[in-house]
Amino acid sequence: MNLKRQFSKWFQNNSTLVLLLVPLLLLALLTQLLGGTLLHRIVTVLFINLLLVLGLQTFMGNSGILSFSHIGYMGIGAYASALFSMTQEAKAATLPDLYPFLQNVHLPFLVSVLIGACIAMLVAAVLGYPLMRLSDAAAVITMFAVLVIIQVVLVHWSAVTNGPRTLYGVDNYTTLWVSVTFGLLAVIVAYYFKESNFGLMLRASRDDRYAASTIGINVITVRWLGFMLSAFLAGFAGGLWAHFITSFSPYAFYLGETFAILAMLVVGGTGGISGAVIGTVAVTFVHEGLRQIENGINLQGGGLVGFTEVFMATSLIALLIWRPGGIMGGREVSWPRRTPQSHEDQALSGSGKS
Amino acid sequence: MLTIDFLINTISLGSLYAMLALGLVIVYGILKLVNFAYGELLMIAGYALYVLGGLTISIPWFVIAIFAVLIAAVVSYLTEMIAFRPVREKSLTAMLITSFAVSTLLQNAALLIISPRARAVPLPDFFSQSIAIAGTDIPIRNILSIITAVALFGALSLLLKYTVLGIALRAAADDFKMTRLLGVPANLVISAAFIISGFFAGVVAIFWTARTASVTPTIGAAPLLVAFVACVIGGMTNLLGAVVGGYLYGIVYSLLSLWLPQYLLDYREAFMFLIVILILLFRPTGLIRGNTTSERVG
Repeated sequence: MNLKRQFSKWFQNNSTLVLLLVPLLLLALLTQLLGGTLLHRIVTVLFINLLLVLGLQTFMGNSGILSFSHIGYMGIGAYASALFSMTQEAKAATLPDLYPFLQNVHLPFLVSVLIGACIAMLVAAVLGYPLMRLSDAAAVITMFAVLVIIQVVLVHWSAVTNGPRTLYGVDNYTTLWVSVTFGLLAVIVAYYFKESNFGLMLRASRDDRYAASTIGINVITVRWLGFMLSAFLAGFAGGLWAHFITSFSPYAFYLGETFAILAMLVVGGTGGISGAVIGTVAVTFVHEGLRQIENGINLQGGGLVGFTEVFMATSLIALLIWRPGGIMGGREVSWPRRTPQSHEDQALSGSGKS
Repeated sequence: MLTIDFLINTISLGSLYAMLALGLVIVYGILKLVNFAYGELLMIAGYALYVLGGLTISIPWFVIAIFAVLIAAVVSYLTEMIAFRPVREKSLTAMLITSFAVSTLLQNAALLIISPRARAVPLPDFFSQSIAIAGTDIPIRNILSIITAVALFGALSLLLKYTVLGIALRAAADDFKMTRLLGVPANLVISAAFIISGFFAGVVAIFWTARTASVTPTIGAAPLLVAFVACVIGGMTNLLGAVVGGYLYGIVYSLLSLWLPQYLLDYREAFMFLIVILILLFRPTGLIRGNTTSERVG
């Protein structure tokens, strides 16, 4: 009885988590039951995207700072994890100039992904610490600068990344259920971070950074922690993606991908976990669906390059005009309960212009 | 090392960069919007050159160039009216994402409608000729870009100083709320800023596309990055800063190309952006100080 009461109390406070995890799990099960290579691929990508978008949400949604550098950490995670997980033969074939101490390293898949995510987090910690002082336009430009720097280094550091050419020979380890497991874990991590003390302090600094400082919140430190967690999730997603797609080039981690991920978060609403999840599911299905059509027509000789992006960009602009807070407007889905819940400010319309 | 052709080429490069930065800052100063779609205005002007140059009736090059610049200005105005005006009052983040979306939209529209491949733009003969100055051959194009920049800066400062619109623009950049309270229509000022911005993008596009005599859908990316860096170096809040930043960018970039060892040459862009980060950290208002800004905490 006591246990039941405890659970019902927990459920009342955290119904959001259950309401998000259960449909996602059902989606994964349905995919498993229905089968089909295409659906499998789309749903695997969807859960990797979920990691990325939730990573972006932990920083951008809670701190109100638009982070353009996010996909850069995904790239770092992808390359770093591939370096640790590839076999010696594959490395010799694709990376002839690799440093000797890395040539013989061959670690298990999940360890490599974890190392990749940690490296991404470290880079973010070092690059990010001085940047956390900046807000508004200055923050946007420096974050963009970080993305460009990461991109330039990935393209030109041939010894480690095979330069602008494609890196191939990464083994395929990321199955549907690997991606589902970590996608769901990311939902839990992002949710508890948002509800934690740090998350609350970060959100306070988003709504009014001066007021937050006056009540003793160290704005720079809480931003920095959020930024590191965000980069860790992005790096992890990068590692999973690398072991799903198995061959990739640095150009995969630039403005195109940045736009896709931003669109997912903004469509759902930056302020909440529910928005991130709903946006990811909706945009991934539309995006992948359109891309299948586009590729199908192009294979038959028709010229339809860029159709998907034109459609996505137009819908995003339309959405921002009519509903700038996204579908969820920063609110979370939750089980109706007797006491009315206080709604948070819409992240998009609350931040900036202060 | 510092020969006369190096000097003139650097100044000519700086002139282009200064015009780029000016076009970006004139919008930023009023709206506080970092316009990611700015690079695509260059692309539009480039494609206008290609389309008009490919017409069956032959039009003089000067007319084509003027039309291309006007088209860039009109498209800039249209993006403002359709995409930015509705989100203007809402939030900075919404506006930034909108500009990112507009950029993606224009770029992919070019891919879809025209082609992913490069298209040739018409060039007049004197663009590929050079004249001898002090014993070295200087491309006429470079001298022309310097003259154009100086003329346009002169014209713009006259506009800003002596016309009602110019005074309204300057006032809006100083304090937009106050300017509106004094009865200056916001839409008019912002539209004017976007039109001037598009105009500068169009002018730069003529010189920028001339370097390869072609235009591609992604041609706007490089000048956008240049404009970002130049703006930050000079200071985002005033126009003089943007011009100084543009010329400084040209000088620093040329010197890096000259001095960096071969194996670091590929990382030039990364160095430029590192400078941006350092400047924003230690002198966030840029080298030329404008008004006080409240962009930092801590």
